[in-house]
Amino acid sequence: MAAVRRFTVSDHGLSVTARILAAVAGGYALTSLITFALSRLLPRAGMLQSEAVLAATIASFPIYAVIVMAVFHARSARRAWLGLIAGAVPCALALGLSMPTAAG
Amino acid sequence: MALVHTWGGLLVGWVLFFVFLTGTFGYLNTEVTRWMKPEIRAAATPPPAAELLPAGEAWLAREAGDAQSWYIFLPGGRSGGAFSVGWRTWPDGEARFGAFSRQALDPASGQATTGTVRETGGGDTLYRMHYRLHYMPYDLAVAIVGICTMFMLLAIITGVIVHKKIFRDFFTFRVGRGQRSWLDGHNLLSVTALPFHVMITWSGLIFYMFTYMPVAVDSFYPEGEARDRFHTEVLGSDRIAPGTNGPVARMAPLGPMLALAESRWGQNQTATVRIEGPGRANARVLVYSHDTGIRRARQTLLFDGNSGSLLSEGPKAGTATGRFEQVMLGLHEGRFAGPVLRALYVFAGLAGTAMIATGLVLWSSKRKAKLARDENGHLGIAAVDILNAGTIIGLPIGIAAYFWANRLLPVGMEDRAAWEVHVMFIAWGLTYLVAMWRPASRAWLELCALAAAACGLLPLVNALTTDRGLVASIADGDWGFAGFDLSALGAGLFFLFLVGLIRRKDRRRAATRAPMPADAAKAKAA
Repeated sequence: MAAVRRFTVSDHGLSVTARILAAVAGGYALTSLITFALSRLLPRAGMLQSEAVLAATIASFPIYAVIVMAVFHARSARRAWLGLIAGAVPCALALGLSMPTAAG
Repeated sequence: MALVHTWGGLLVGWVLFFVFLTGTFGYLNTEVTRWMKPEIRAAATPPPAAELLPAGEAWLAREAGDAQSWYIFLPGGRSGGAFSVGWRTWPDGEARFGAFSRQALDPASGQATTGTVRETGGGDTLYRMHYRLHYMPYDLAVAIVGICTMFMLLAIITGVIVHKKIFRDFFTFRVGRGQRSWLDGHNLLSVTALPFHVMITWSGLIFYMFTYMPVAVDSFYPEGEARDRFHTEVLGSDRIAPGTNGPVARMAPLGPMLALAESRWGQNQTATVRIEGPGRANARVLVYSHDTGIRRARQTLLFDGNSGSLLSEGPKAGTATGRFEQVMLGLHEGRFAGPVLRALYVFAGLAGTAMIATGLVLWSSKRKAKLARDENGHLGIAAVDILNAGTIIGLPIGIAAYFWANRLLPVGMEDRAAWEVHVMFIAWGLTYLVAMWRPASRAWLELCALAAAACGLLPLVNALTTDRGLVASIADGDWGFAGFDLSALGAGLFFLFLVGLIRRKDRRRAATRAPMPADAAKAKAA
């Protein structure tokens, strides 16, 4: 949590804003994506659809917390944003791949 | 930006302090309500449910004949001898549920207790503030509390993972023993009740999870019929749809339904009889048992309200995750807890409250230490100190004022229950003024003394205004009632202890650092 201390003691305005934005908004967006992806993909592993939605939503809060921590742990705000995008890509890909079968 | 962080963190802390302290009253809500309605004495044995049910039904038919639903709450369980009815009016426009009202009835006469029993929000109004706050729209309140709770979960997880490091980074400024003790206290409170804090925070979010994280449920089960199917599937199916305004139809008598319930669960084990669409075609009657296990799964019988035939019996199993959700919510509410576990719940809630309080004090004392070197930001620190004192000591004073108001406001007063709450917030607000008016060190001392008096004198106020004082309660063996008085006394003694603590500290400071200029020079050198 060295990163947290750095930003309470000194304030590089823009970098800190970018990091808070990454944690709060970016983190929430990625958490939503993961929650949605789990709700779609877990039934493919044999889970009930309703069960998957409930489990993914319950798990979303610790997931969000971990993402926020990771954002503050990253060495820079830029890396934090890159990390968020890196996390979003596989979720989006998996969702994209599951689309045709979902339709058909 | 540091300003945003500081004030953001503090704001969250102040809200969480309020949430934890008022929430702790949720473990004692019925006990507090009983104390706040001294006119109602717990009858040794309330009349049998079979006699009360027709009285409740008759009252509802007379006073709320055309309603979406009726509820008859039978005595027993933690509520003791309380007997009441509730009803929902027909909803406006698109809403599925109408407005809910509740009326306490006298078990002996079957008549409303209005005029004979003081109108009060009781323990329920107090504990409901911990998730819906007060004086603001429900959705806004739930959103504010949710954001703060998420912050809390984050603080707990970071605390667990990087325990040593985070405390070193955040809280260690190594200024003096005073602050070290605050830190030690904070650690002790955090760690001892850690499982409780994790459970209470996560489950708090789960209560409103589909508000906070709606994406999955909104996509797969949109509001309406699909959402009902979702709940039925994961939780099992002891839910009934809200009553609909269908054609008028004859109702089957409720007596045989209660008789069937009593034959299943035993005499006086029935908590609630709920009728959806009373007097309409498609009426449904759901009968609930008192006992709620850790899973919040009460036993239920669902009847066709028109024919009287049994439709289904609950609780159904639900899915594994559904059971997990219900266990989490059950743990949060602690309704299943007996006296010993309930006491532990109260202590854990108070430990959480104290953990936040010590955290807030640490926060400002840490910054005060910085201030000794840095002349800027006097105003900010002073403001934080005022808000800390007004929140940490002021809120207990406000809650005590809520109980004083319960005893001192005229019994027949209009909007009495609302005024009890107004008094609480006015008294609480005034403590901020006291904190602003007085110099910082005096403010804490004087507010603690005020809190000691406000809490410690409650048993006296009770004894003077009712015939159910502490001595009488103990003589009657009414430990629920006596317990309230004793707890108030305990809270008073606790604040008296704080007064002693502050005075000792002041004396020590006066003795060791007598000449002020030297002190300032020392601080500058450091």
